Amino acid sequence: MSQEETLNGKLPGGAFLGRALHRIGLRGRGLVIAIPVLWLFLFFLLPFLVVAKISLSEAAIARPPYLPLWNWDDGFLNITLNFGNYLFLFDDPLYLSAYIESVKIAAVSTVITLLVGYPMAYLIARAAPDTRNILLMLVILPFWTSFLLRVYAWIGFLKGNGIINNILMKIGLINEPLVMLQTDFAVYIGIVYTYLPFMILPLFANLVKLDQSYLEASADLGARPVTTFFTVTLPLSASGIIAGCMLVFIPAVGEFVIPALLGGPDTLMIGRVLWNEFFSNRDWPIASAVAIVMLVVLVIPIMLLRKAQAAEAEVQ
Amino acid sequence: MKKIMMTCAAVALGAGGALAEGELNVYNWSDYIAEDTIANFEAETGIKVNYDVFDSNEVLEAKMLTGSSGYDVVVPSIEFMARQAQAGVFAKIDKDALSNYGNLDPQILKILAVNDPDNTHGVPYMMFTTGLGYNVKAVEERIDAEKIGSWDMVFDPETAAKLADCGIAVLDSPSEIMAPALNYLGLDPNSEDKADLEKATDLLLSVRPHIRYFHSSQYINDLANGDICVSVGYSGDVLQARDRAAEANQGVEVAYAIPKEGGQVGFDMLAIPDDAPNAENALKFIDYILKPEIAAAVTNYVYYANPNTAATEFVDDEVRNDPGIYPSKEVQANLFSLRPHTPRYDRSLTRAWTTIKTGQ
Repeated sequence: MSQEETLNGKLPGGAFLGRALHRIGLRGRGLVIAIPVLWLFLFFLLPFLVVAKISLSEAAIARPPYLPLWNWDDGFLNITLNFGNYLFLFDDPLYLSAYIESVKIAAVSTVITLLVGYPMAYLIARAAPDTRNILLMLVILPFWTSFLLRVYAWIGFLKGNGIINNILMKIGLINEPLVMLQTDFAVYIGIVYTYLPFMILPLFANLVKLDQSYLEASADLGARPVTTFFTVTLPLSASGIIAGCMLVFIPAVGEFVIPALLGGPDTLMIGRVLWNEFFSNRDWPIASAVAIVMLVVLVIPIMLLRKAQAAEAEVQ
Repeated sequence: MKKIMMTCAAVALGAGGALAEGELNVYNWSDYIAEDTIANFEAETGIKVNYDVFDSNEVLEAKMLTGSSGYDVVVPSIEFMARQAQAGVFAKIDKDALSNYGNLDPQILKILAVNDPDNTHGVPYMMFTTGLGYNVKAVEERIDAEKIGSWDMVFDPETAAKLADCGIAVLDSPSEIMAPALNYLGLDPNSEDKADLEKATDLLLSVRPHIRYFHSSQYINDLANGDICVSVGYSGDVLQARDRAAEANQGVEVAYAIPKEGGQVGFDMLAIPDDAPNAENALKFIDYILKPEIAAAVTNYVYYANPNTAATEFVDDEVRNDPGIYPSKEVQANLFSLRPHTPRYDRSLTRAWTTIKTGQ
């Protein structure tokens, strides 16, 4: 009887799904891996392929505003690939200098974020467990307010008759308001401020696991605290530093909102160039080519770095 | 008392019918409608309105060209609407369904028909000019009286240099700045000639060091707060800044001038995307906006002139007689309107704009 019910598909849904997956050869380990693979395929690879496809097309006044890559003509499949979009990027020095400028701003911001974030992460990791939780909470707390709102708040601080200028003028340090808003300086402040938690959290996770006995051993062997820091703590936290830097650097390169709100008109980052191509020129193919080139420029060095690290770990 | 009760009943009825009458998704420019227009429309028709705003034609255009935007009524400027209509993104306006269509000024419809043959795809919403907003006191302290209200304030390096310290802002809209620059040089504002574009670019580069920023809506607050003293801006936006400054009472007085050399007159159009989920309600909304009292109420609030002849009598005297909102006949003669550009020219224009902004 119960056997029959099972055959009639009266099993609970989960068990039924499990059977179906079993039948197509997915079980246990494979199933666990399949979900993230499917996720990456749907939300990373597929959108990337769509962008790659558009980058080989040609702009047109249509909806969507580019020509199709393939069409059927008398039973023949015609595929037109337009690599001109990529060549065009090298025709005009604008794109190269925008890439360089973006990487420069992101790199400088990352270094500043690291210099500010490391001591904070270190102190939080060394604090008593009760205090530690409060301090971590304080790092995460700003996330409860919209990122956009917090960038707007910086406008209030930095502008001509904003808070900072008003205080400085009141105490007589300056006579004329300092021009801080709409400069690269404001962009650095915005990026460092916004991405600081992304630096602190991986560093903290790393530093909190640091075995205190290493430090004691180092001290016992006569090293001063500074020496201990540079020869023991810092090398041991390398993976935290790399993780934090990646989390800050990669999104900072493509940052659009912060330079748009805080930066000056001459702050030329790749996000702005993309905006221009996409919105002002309505040239989705070129915009896509810009995005693909940026991905290649960023991803390849990162993959090489990872490979080098893996090789190094193997040697050890 | 009886009247109040009846109004209450009407509102209750309207609210009750909300579900039955469906929804309407409107995508309009920021600060571009009277405070109570939407609420009144909802109360009268029982349609639930989702109201969303943008601040640049380009952003709207990208949504239209992507398709399935979900919007029922959008408000592109005429030269943008013309190109989008070419891409086939708009439904034809069923004029027979618009009982108030006859209120529109036939002269204006004729001008618009140059870009939108037979006024097929759009109904004019508001008209604007692009001119100069300035902080009266700050400007008078720095430049000669005859230069005030002239494009010299922005395009003449000597004059602009004197104003640089209190802040010059320019719309981040290549076509709307390049056109007056061409006009200032005595060239056709709609020219697509490469040499003309170069001349205008050189002109803007010569004043570039004196321009603090390029942005299409930030100047409203900044003018009102006294953070900048001159801005190329849209008429109604500058006049809203003037009111905010007066309300704040911090000693900032803002004025708007259509430059004597001439400025751009633009039209924003009500249009219905061809994939609008509530196209019928969209027509009802457009017809509602065309009612004289409603159009006048919007004008009174946003300080943009409407193309609705029947509405003029309901427009406040101070608004109707403000030459910044309803320009005089002589000023009108100097106004020019924009035409859509070819994609090739748009690319040169954007490139020139990047050169002007970044020096690259």
